[in-house]
Amino acid sequence: MSTNTAYYIPHKATWPVIGTLGLVTMLAGFANYLNGSSIGPMFMVAGLVIFITMLVGWFTLQAKESESGMYSHEVGISYRMGMMWFIFSEIIFFAVFFGTLWYTRNLSVPWLGEGATKELLHSAYEATWPTNGPGNVGGKFEPMSAWGLPFLNTLILLSSGVTCTWAHHGLLAKNRDQLIKGLIATVSLGFLFVLFQAIEYHEAYTEMGLTLGSGVYGSTFFMLTGFHGFHVCVGAIILSVVLFRSWKGHFKPENHFAFEAAAWYWHFVDVVWLGLFVFVYLM
Amino acid sequence: MSAVIAEHDDHHADEHHDHGPAKGLLRWIITTNHKDIGTLYLLFALAMFFVGGSMAMVIRAELFEPGLQFVDPMFFNSMTTMHALVMVFGAVMPAFVGLANWQIPLMIGAKDMALPRMNNMSFWLLVAGVLLLASTLFMETGAPSAGWTFYPPLVLQPITVGTALPFAVFAVHLLGISSIMGAINIIATIFNMRAPSMKMMDMPLFVWTWLITAFLLIAVMPVFAGAVTMLLTDKFFHTSFFNAAGGGDPVLYQHIFWFFGHPEVYIMILPTFGVASTIIPVFARKPLFGYASMVWATGSIAFFSFIVWAHHMFTVGMPMAGELYFMYATMIIAVPTGVKVFNWTATMWKGAMTFETPMLFSIAFVVLFTMGGLTGLMMAIAPVDFQYHDTYFIVAHFHYTLVPASIFILMAAGYFWLPKWTGHMYNEKIGQLHFWLSAISVNILFFPQHFLGLAGMPRRIPDYAVQFADWNMISSIGGFIFGASQLLFLYIVIDTIKGGTGEKVTDEVWEDASKHSLEWTLPSPVPYHTWETPPMLVPTEHVLDSH
Repeated sequence: MSTNTAYYIPHKATWPVIGTLGLVTMLAGFANYLNGSSIGPMFMVAGLVIFITMLVGWFTLQAKESESGMYSHEVGISYRMGMMWFIFSEIIFFAVFFGTLWYTRNLSVPWLGEGATKELLHSAYEATWPTNGPGNVGGKFEPMSAWGLPFLNTLILLSSGVTCTWAHHGLLAKNRDQLIKGLIATVSLGFLFVLFQAIEYHEAYTEMGLTLGSGVYGSTFFMLTGFHGFHVCVGAIILSVVLFRSWKGHFKPENHFAFEAAAWYWHFVDVVWLGLFVFVYLM
Repeated sequence: MSAVIAEHDDHHADEHHDHGPAKGLLRWIITTNHKDIGTLYLLFALAMFFVGGSMAMVIRAELFEPGLQFVDPMFFNSMTTMHALVMVFGAVMPAFVGLANWQIPLMIGAKDMALPRMNNMSFWLLVAGVLLLASTLFMETGAPSAGWTFYPPLVLQPITVGTALPFAVFAVHLLGISSIMGAINIIATIFNMRAPSMKMMDMPLFVWTWLITAFLLIAVMPVFAGAVTMLLTDKFFHTSFFNAAGGGDPVLYQHIFWFFGHPEVYIMILPTFGVASTIIPVFARKPLFGYASMVWATGSIAFFSFIVWAHHMFTVGMPMAGELYFMYATMIIAVPTGVKVFNWTATMWKGAMTFETPMLFSIAFVVLFTMGGLTGLMMAIAPVDFQYHDTYFIVAHFHYTLVPASIFILMAAGYFWLPKWTGHMYNEKIGQLHFWLSAISVNILFFPQHFLGLAGMPRRIPDYAVQFADWNMISSIGGFIFGASQLLFLYIVIDTIKGGTGEKVTDEVWEDASKHSLEWTLPSPVPYHTWETPPMLVPTEHVLDSH
């Protein structure tokens, strides 16, 4: 009856402690940099190199183990639960910034423009969104419009979700050609999204006066879209690894956790973007 | 069913089985064994308990009498800040994760945690986070001194934070990642690794409470990470999240922080409930009263913890509707908590009780936690809170829910399971001495703080008006006795690991304990690898009532 014996338990692990070392070196370097120390960036780079080495080493090990059939069905369930709850924690992380946007727009900005606060402190302030506050922090700016690049980016991400699913169907149907083509399309669309986002940021900074320092509008705009853009990059890199593995002949219809995890992550990034498009750009 | 059958899977036998631990120090660095990692967590937590405790001693020494005695006021503020952070994130939470690592696989018949490599990483990230935080103590401008809640704009002022802010923020990120990884691991283990015969409603309550705690962790650690990230960008990257001039709002930080902070305090208390529900039935020699209601009470406490956060902010200036809502919502939590206290009491009712050290600590927990809960109910009343807010009354309240509750239960857990883990019996006489010294001194330490708070003494100050002198001196004396008594626990832990009383403990250790939970059917000390084959039957004594 036992399933325990088939459950693979590795007995020694060196990558976790190396990864921790990389992370803490990187963060300690960043903290030093923020405090104006000149050695900070050196540590950041060193930490990043260690961290990337860990990612490559650990994932290579996992891929090898997976391909050699060491992971039973139960191990796969654990991995899926792990990924699922990791994405859940990411959703909560984004919820904090969406919540911040909601609270600021609907509660605290209107409060600045009413009653004694308005009369005594800043009677000239019109508390309407978008705003950079009664202090006109960051100077005059132009808010980002939803149409144009952001709308194009919405179409790009939605299509990438479709191509990702198409690739999955290819995997399940043992059609490797379709799998690889689908993944190439997904990754390309992902990086195209990032490129357009970079162009949009460039315009905001150089032509619209809109920066991270443009009061609370600039703060929420760049924090939400910036963290999202970072997640798109991460998702695209994960999908690139999956593409590389597919090209090497990895994955079977009954065993392709890495593909599934990457696809889940990609759809999560996609859904967050829809939230951004509605609440940051449209409304 | 106590025999562990080494059944080998031919294909993998060579690589995966019969591995003892690696040799030397390296064993502890690269281990993936749940017992090793549990031990690391517990020892780290014990060390941090003494580090955080030393900071508390500095605080109580400074407050021994009015006037400035020993330390600079800014350093005093750093001590209150760091004492809280070290105790919460370095001692109490890791100690419970350590217990989870040791006990959950043993209790559910799993051969290890579901994701062993990640388990190793969560421990080392914890160490890295705490080191990053502790490094600020050695900086020229000192450790953060704006309180563990990091409220802006105070925490963004150069004098309260100096060069420490980015280190504290990144420490929170690392601790958050560590906790989330640990929580994911616990969820996957409980859902995926249970012995086939163990249904969810057969699980020991410790496992249940940790499952629910793990959900809380995943749901709120990212919230804290988001909040401190915004502090960082407000300080270094010109954002205006908490700056009213730019259209932001400093109160928003408090909302976000307490949306994390309130579930966080339950993260520290729910596993406490789980351990108490495990220990009390064993020494009352009765099944736990109301198993199913305990599970539901734990779940509803966890649910309510998400919708009561602003009771920490009654005096910040909220609309009346908010004050009323958060007042009533908070009071509702007393209902499931009351169910729990009732059940523990009913478990002991007419039981054939004996009073070994773990039971003594557990009974003290039931009594003293109830007191802490009742002062909590007092503070839930918004208009009354206007008087208590930020006084020593709140200090007394949360210390009652943390020290004679979480810490006492962690002690109880130590006495309860150490014989199982090490195969040696601790010295009962010194254990009882430790208990009585702790139980008496903790009340001398914290009870007078209720009076101080009601009389208006504010928290987080190094000096105070002379009318507060007497109770402060008594509180400090209690603090010193309490602090010194904990050295007995350190002695007992070391002594027990080294052989204890020399008395050979049985597999059960405690009379009929194997009726309650699976770990007591394994040999003492527990072998390095357990449950290679899952148990066929699971004990159901603890759930008798619900079947």
